[in-house]
Amino acid sequence: MNEKYAKLGLFSAIAIIFGYVETLIPVVAGIPGIKLGLANLAILFILERYTYKEAIVVSLIRIVVIGFLFGNMFSIIYSLTGAALSLTVMTLLKNRTDASLWAVSMAGGISHNMGQLMIAMLIVENTSLIYYAPALLISGLLTGLAIGWLTTETLKRIG
Amino acid sequence: MKKKEICIFSGILLLAVLLWLSMTALRRSKDYGEIRITVGGTEYGIYSLKEDQKISIGTTNVCVIQNGTAKMTEANCPDHLCMKQPAVDLRGGLIICLPNQVVIEGISSDPAAGGHNILDAVSR
Repeated sequence: MNEKYAKLGLFSAIAIIFGYVETLIPVVAGIPGIKLGLANLAILFILERYTYKEAIVVSLIRIVVIGFLFGNMFSIIYSLTGAALSLTVMTLLKNRTDASLWAVSMAGGISHNMGQLMIAMLIVENTSLIYYAPALLISGLLTGLAIGWLTTETLKRIG
Repeated sequence: MKKKEICIFSGILLLAVLLWLSMTALRRSKDYGEIRITVGGTEYGIYSLKEDQKISIGTTNVCVIQNGTAKMTEANCPDHLCMKQPAVDLRGGLIICLPNQVVIEGISSDPAAGGHNILDAVSR
């Protein structure tokens, strides 16, 4: 039990560091929301090793800490929406279907981006943002693929 | 990865690419001579791209129109993402400042004229 909490603490730290590393990578193509989603590596790993409950805890810690350190109230709202949607989708896929880790990761990336797009449309109250949908779909898919591969390799070594 | 999954994700990818292409084609087919600025869903104003001007959007953002292109030049948010987004020009476009809820979008000045200015925009 205690070992689990110690490990979850470590995972939270890793997720936060990943979040920091990501703030150093410049935004691609000027479209808000496109990023690698490195933190999802830690979340996916936890989802594989533990359950969605631990993944929720680590996600929350990461978002709040990253939000206060590098972001603002808005970035916390966006992150929360994206994380909530992607965690729900990933958990459902993992528990209810025989989807592979790759598929879970890609679905997570896509749903994260779609969640953020939806909350962005609600906040600015402008539907023109739908122009970003294809770009966000593709980027979610590709980053999900990359993170799926990274998580598979990580699990092979320390899983 | 399983075969079925590859099919599903290839489908999504194809759909997204098609959506992107059709949106771009739709944008290209129209003439965008003006920009509409909205703040939190309410219209702040419509400005012509043909006039060079500097527009203060409330106290939070500043948009500059120069040589037919509109850019966000100032924003008081920490990330300044909107200032890095591509300019809105005669081919349309979209600049969004999420924290301040400011949206600059290219709009058609005369829907009936459709497609004349696109030539100017390309040859410019």
